[in-house]
Amino acid sequence: MAVWGPFTDLEALRRELERTFQDAWAERPQAWRGAFLPGRAARQYPLANLSEDAANVYVEALAPGVDPKSLDLTVIQGSLVIKGEKPGLAQVAAEAYHRNERAAGRFLRSIELPSEVDAARIMAEYRNGLLLVTLPKSEAAKPRKIAVSVA
Amino acid sequence: MAERTVPSTASDTSPRREETHARERYITPPVDIFETGEGLTVVADLPGVEQKGLDVRVADGILTIQATTAHIAPGTPVDREYELLNFYRQFELPEEVDSERIAAELKHGVLTLRLPKKEKAKPRRISVSVA
Repeated sequence: MAVWGPFTDLEALRRELERTFQDAWAERPQAWRGAFLPGRAARQYPLANLSEDAANVYVEALAPGVDPKSLDLTVIQGSLVIKGEKPGLAQVAAEAYHRNERAAGRFLRSIELPSEVDAARIMAEYRNGLLLVTLPKSEAAKPRKIAVSVA
Repeated sequence: MAERTVPSTASDTSPRREETHARERYITPPVDIFETGEGLTVVADLPGVEQKGLDVRVADGILTIQATTAHIAPGTPVDREYELLNFYRQFELPEEVDSERIAAELKHGVLTLRLPKKEKAKPRRISVSVA
């Protein structure tokens, strides 16, 4: 959905600024290499977009390079918990790097869902680095049309 | 391996479009670049990119990674933490890279490029014969 909004421009700007700061910190790489997301260790990962229609709630998470076998999804008390691991590059010596901007490691994130879901019918798909979780709304949470009788 | 952005020459010949909010925006993907014995390896995170939407090219010693991406979730947005824009990034290749033999692989939204060095640029052990 490439709809223009004031925030898409801001988002691009934010990424550009982040990259500038990362370049500045690259001179002290050891301090940052260990961090899960360089320069932003405390940030939630993966980033997720929530959307919904009448029948389902959708969670789309930005998770490139994650091992699909390591993904573990659970729904507990109205929250979706995403657990997994993004493997790092094995056997690369620290001094062999020209750039190291990608992060790796284990992650755990809990996302609050906007409505009650039917935990038994949840489907998840990992496609090209995006995780799409389809959570069917429970019958009680679906919109219901109420007929008005005219007296 | 220096990064650079080369202005597109194609747009110079076309009539200029009125610039309001229509100009193309793109995201600079995060990359890892490291050296191996064989050459250089470039790893880039390109979430949501399919093989047909990916364009990797080398011209005049400049490596260009360009990719189109799109959201896969249907429905009306409730909460958005990221936008998927198209990816674009350029690097100036060192001279010793053999651009004929670059290999690319795309898996789980991660692009891996192997840039082998030319034969003569590889370290070579010289045996010393004792007379």
